[in-house]
Amino acid sequence: MAETLERVQKIVVDRLGVDESEVKMEATFKDDLGADSLDVVELVMELEDEFDLEISDEEAEKISTVADVVNYIDSQ
Amino acid sequence: MLLKGKKAIVTGASRGIGRAIALHLAQNGADVAINYAGNEAKAAETVKDCQAYGVDAFSIQANVSEEEEVKTLFKTVTDHFGRIDLLINNAGITKDNLVMRMKADEWDSVVDTNLKGVFLCSKAAARPMMKQRSGAIVNIASVVGVLGNPGQANYVAAKSGVIGLTKSLAREFATRHIRVNTVAPGFIDTEMTDVLQDDKREDLLSQIPLGELGRPEDVAEAVTFLASDQSRYMTGQTLHVDGGMYMP
Repeated sequence: MAETLERVQKIVVDRLGVDESEVKMEATFKDDLGADSLDVVELVMELEDEFDLEISDEEAEKISTVADVVNYIDSQ
Repeated sequence: MLLKGKKAIVTGASRGIGRAIALHLAQNGADVAINYAGNEAKAAETVKDCQAYGVDAFSIQANVSEEEEVKTLFKTVTDHFGRIDLLINNAGITKDNLVMRMKADEWDSVVDTNLKGVFLCSKAAARPMMKQRSGAIVNIASVVGVLGNPGQANYVAAKSGVIGLTKSLAREFATRHIRVNTVAPGFIDTEMTDVLQDDKREDLLSQIPLGELGRPEDVAEAVTFLASDQSRYMTGQTLHVDGGMYMP
């Protein structure tokens, strides 16, 4: 899980231009990290490439926090 | 050359307006993926004629109304070219009938290919374009999409839908520097209009201020303009290439 978080953090920092310390498990993409809906779509696309998996539109819609992403990836 | 090195995909490009668009893009230096639904031999001809301009061209079969086929289509094209700069949503069919005679499946198949196909292909192309932070999508609508036409309720609804869809796509993708525009051709001399009977043809010509049918190349010119950086400050627009039939 720690390793997954690190990789997710790197992508989020890169994409949203936030500080790594802000990308905590409980942080929400929209409110805490300042992402708009299209940013979230792009994040999901990058995560799919980084972790070589496909996140369905239904699953993608449920993503709100960093923890949602980390848990989803670890459950695959 | 306006489009030197750009990677393009044109749907429904084996014949008619789509073929003319593919050739024009190639002539302007773009590498072109020629999508076709059924006519493999004609698609191969378009490929050969594009290659004569010294660009990379290949054909690929897919029905644009089928989501899985569209996914495979765009994966193949992205793998081949490494990116996608231009998507021309041209694939279209007609199944004309009076509303009182039109069957639901005639409605569905026309709306599926002409409208849903634009949605599916734009969605698939947006992925690489968003990553690139650049791209241009040009949709092909029709003058009847703004004027209406008896006997074409399905086609008119779909083409009118394309004009609205263009505006939504343009607004959604604008921050990623993906421009989305539409060309609305009038009556163009192709196999699709060959079926018109002579008396209907005369009647039609009287409604065209410039007094003649358009050529597929007339549409291709407008598409190339909207695909190129010459139109860098335009998005969500519809260009009417119809000899003056519709004046907004």
